Amino acid sequence: MTDHVTLTHLQRLEAEAIHIMREVVAEAEKPVMLYSVGKDSAVMLHLARKAFYPSPPPFPLLHVDTTWKFQAMYALRNEMAETSGMELLVYQNPEAKERGINPFDHGSLHTDMWKTEGLKQALDLHGFDAAFGGARRDEEKSRAKERVFSFRTASHGWDPKNQRPELWNLYNARKKKGESIRVFPISNWTELDVWQYIHLENIPIVPLYFAEKRPTVERDGMLLMVDDERFPLAEGEEPVMRSIRFRTLGCYPLTGAVESEAATLPEVIQETLLTTTSERQGRAIDKDEGGAGMEKKKQEGYF
Amino acid sequence: MADTATNEPVYKTDALIAEDIDTYLSTHQHKTMLRFITCGSVDDGKSTLIGRLLYDSKMIFEDQLAALENDSKRVGTQGQEIDFALLVDGLAAEREQGITIDVAYRFFNTEKRKFIVADCPGHEQYTRNMITGASTADLAVILVDARKGVLVQTRRHSYLCHLIGIKNIVLAVNKMDLVDYSEEVFDKIVAEYGEFAKSIGIENFTAMPISGFKGDNITQAPSANTPWYKGPSLVDHLETVEVRSAEDQDKPFRMPVQWVNRPNLDFRGFSGLIATGGVKPGDAVRVLPSGKTSTVKSVVTFDGDLDEAVAGQSVTLTLEDEIDCSRGNVLSVADNPPEVADQFEATVVWLADDDLIVGRNYWLKLGTQTVSASVQEPKYKVDVNTMEHLAAKTLSLNEIGVAELFTDKSIVFEAYKQNRALGGFILIDKITNQTVAAGMLNFSLRRAQNVHWQPTDITRADHAAMKNQKPRVLWFTGLSGSGKSTIANEVEKRLALMNRHTFLLDGDNVRHGLNKDLGFTEADRIENIRRVGEVARLMTDAGLIVLTAFISPFRAERQMVRDMLAEGEFIEIFVDTPLEVAEQRDVKGLYKKARSGQLKNFTGIDSPYEAPENPEIRVNTVEMTPEEAAEHIVRAILPLK
Repeated sequence: MTDHVTLTHLQRLEAEAIHIMREVVAEAEKPVMLYSVGKDSAVMLHLARKAFYPSPPPFPLLHVDTTWKFQAMYALRNEMAETSGMELLVYQNPEAKERGINPFDHGSLHTDMWKTEGLKQALDLHGFDAAFGGARRDEEKSRAKERVFSFRTASHGWDPKNQRPELWNLYNARKKKGESIRVFPISNWTELDVWQYIHLENIPIVPLYFAEKRPTVERDGMLLMVDDERFPLAEGEEPVMRSIRFRTLGCYPLTGAVESEAATLPEVIQETLLTTTSERQGRAIDKDEGGAGMEKKKQEGYF
Repeated sequence: MADTATNEPVYKTDALIAEDIDTYLSTHQHKTMLRFITCGSVDDGKSTLIGRLLYDSKMIFEDQLAALENDSKRVGTQGQEIDFALLVDGLAAEREQGITIDVAYRFFNTEKRKFIVADCPGHEQYTRNMITGASTADLAVILVDARKGVLVQTRRHSYLCHLIGIKNIVLAVNKMDLVDYSEEVFDKIVAEYGEFAKSIGIENFTAMPISGFKGDNITQAPSANTPWYKGPSLVDHLETVEVRSAEDQDKPFRMPVQWVNRPNLDFRGFSGLIATGGVKPGDAVRVLPSGKTSTVKSVVTFDGDLDEAVAGQSVTLTLEDEIDCSRGNVLSVADNPPEVADQFEATVVWLADDDLIVGRNYWLKLGTQTVSASVQEPKYKVDVNTMEHLAAKTLSLNEIGVAELFTDKSIVFEAYKQNRALGGFILIDKITNQTVAAGMLNFSLRRAQNVHWQPTDITRADHAAMKNQKPRVLWFTGLSGSGKSTIANEVEKRLALMNRHTFLLDGDNVRHGLNKDLGFTEADRIENIRRVGEVARLMTDAGLIVLTAFISPFRAERQMVRDMLAEGEFIEIFVDTPLEVAEQRDVKGLYKKARSGQLKNFTGIDSPYEAPENPEIRVNTVEMTPEEAAEHIVRAILPLK
């Protein structure tokens, strides 16, 4: 017993995520995986396929759609559902649809209605009692304190002061009818870990993460990509072709691009490591409500 | 300024990232991981140290730094200098109070390792958070303020880290800049701590003089200010200390089965995270608790079958033989299996606001096993400040005690000291679903091993068949004076007329005999119900229809009895009478006594009644006479065959 196998940090993180997913499947009645098509979702889906191999993951993928995702995201979403052999559920909040809520005219109401409300409605509609999410603790301060199994009341509220203690790898998945848990299998991964794992495992991601010449306009210091004809151009505004890529993907007019020449994964990682602004800066959501923006949104039920 | 040299963070990897990203990636790919915890009291500079580690390992981006500088000026406690603590104090409430109130996890990388830091608050009332953070840690950094030396909190944190089994302890004497980097001060603190550590069984620890604020001995040692210090820098030590997984690999193979993977009839795999040891195709394995043996056929993963898998890996195993094995079972090396038992001595850390109720059944989760368990009266609790053993009747929030623990089914376990995964457990309240305690099994009690279940030839099915009926327990619950006994008596008369074999267990009557040693405290009431439940169960084994009339005020105890019985045999009948009505009836004059204070712990007056949420049958005694209620019940339970 002298030769020890040294597990790398990625192997340990992978084993932990797989263990978490299996616990949920064993203990929850009706789990679902929230799939946003971003790189964290890509990693999570890949881990799910590993966890249950040779079975397909025994739960559906749920995309809470805002209708404002990049076209390339919809393409990859459909492709991945097919490859993984999982059922893909797409939910669009009918009220938001009816009222024509969009990011150009409605600001933060867009996120509230399509994402926060849409998610609650979708979970209630299908009666899911456990939902996997790809959030990581290194993303944002309030997430650093969230549990892996994060309990939600019947109205989807999160009470940061009343979280269940989480010891060893023993997760308490018990809940009353109507209550649910959000589960974050990649809680302990950093952005670098995610990139490294995508590189190592050859995981397909949306091409928008790689630099390419794309039509853009500049607004309020953010570079926005003109993804389709719905993008309202101001008077005299002309899309300019720039070599850009995205560090994070959300709704296309809310997500800023960065000018970049990084066209391969190692180059993207290189740029990420050498860069001087943090990942979520390209998103407007964290800046609301002073420093407590995300914490407040989470209490209201945002993922 | 002599300390400017140590103040500059060293980004050794920057050049490599810029010049040769592929080499950098392959280095990073081979990093190992260390999880550690930092503990200290409120002003020991914990958050500052973590902020510093993040800063020095370049985990802070420019926009975060700009925000930090802004915040430092606005709410910081370090004047115009950067307040690193603001980086890690997460929740809004905490920022206002200037304290950390929960466990937060932080991440940073160096060239050799990825680190996960559990940042735990230092104040008195948060033992629970520290135990949580420590449970996954390989190493603990215990911070001491050089000006204050070893405090009560220092002792407590060290004790808790030792209790949870952390072998690598770093004593970081912080704020050395405020004691002029005095070697004498440092030596004195180390000597004092050494004596204490020895007294509680900590075999060794690594001491280092640091300043989280100024950066001394964090990434490089010795700093210009501590030329007398001969040890490694904190980061050097964290990078090189041995992690627990190597030790786990040397232990015998154990894997708690999480999930059975059955994609089709030709494949049956057992999925789990290997807790200790390793496994290869061809290995002889044993399934616990059944004891059946087989041979490993393959170690299946998405990336292909493996020749070997070790502790810390999540795998799926297939076996050569078709043997029973499901979630909650443990796969083990065949010739050295873990023990199976149902009575233990355990160390229990109470994590909930509501006290432990001795004798009550909680869910116990250990590995992938979930069973009912009750904690007996603690042998003692530990004063975490002095390590003294104190007498205890129960355990309150943040208290740690040693007690016997009984489970309703045998579980597969090993002493926590030998195997964390098979010795560490949590307790879950059956009603609120809160995690109320964490614990560690110390050893099994002998008597569990010597009492064997006696199989009998005439089975319970035979007994029931002879009586031509299905056994049932009709459990009447309700306030004193609600009419339980009266209605139960009416129901029994009707069943007797139908030639049913019944028996009525009445609260008052049982207390004259079987339970005459019990009073009316919460613990005694639970024991009262437990005994009645066991007797009722024996009677159903004999094929009887049992009627019980007990106030049985607590949901958890009624649930306990329900769990003792087969599915569908427990019929909960809520005799629903408002308190005013019951009190007005006051058949036995008890309410009067309770109101005047002559009778303590009386249900409805100074002891709660938890009404059933979903009883099988509910009778309203304001609207129905006892005879009508009895008719209603009999109709509801027919046919009884």
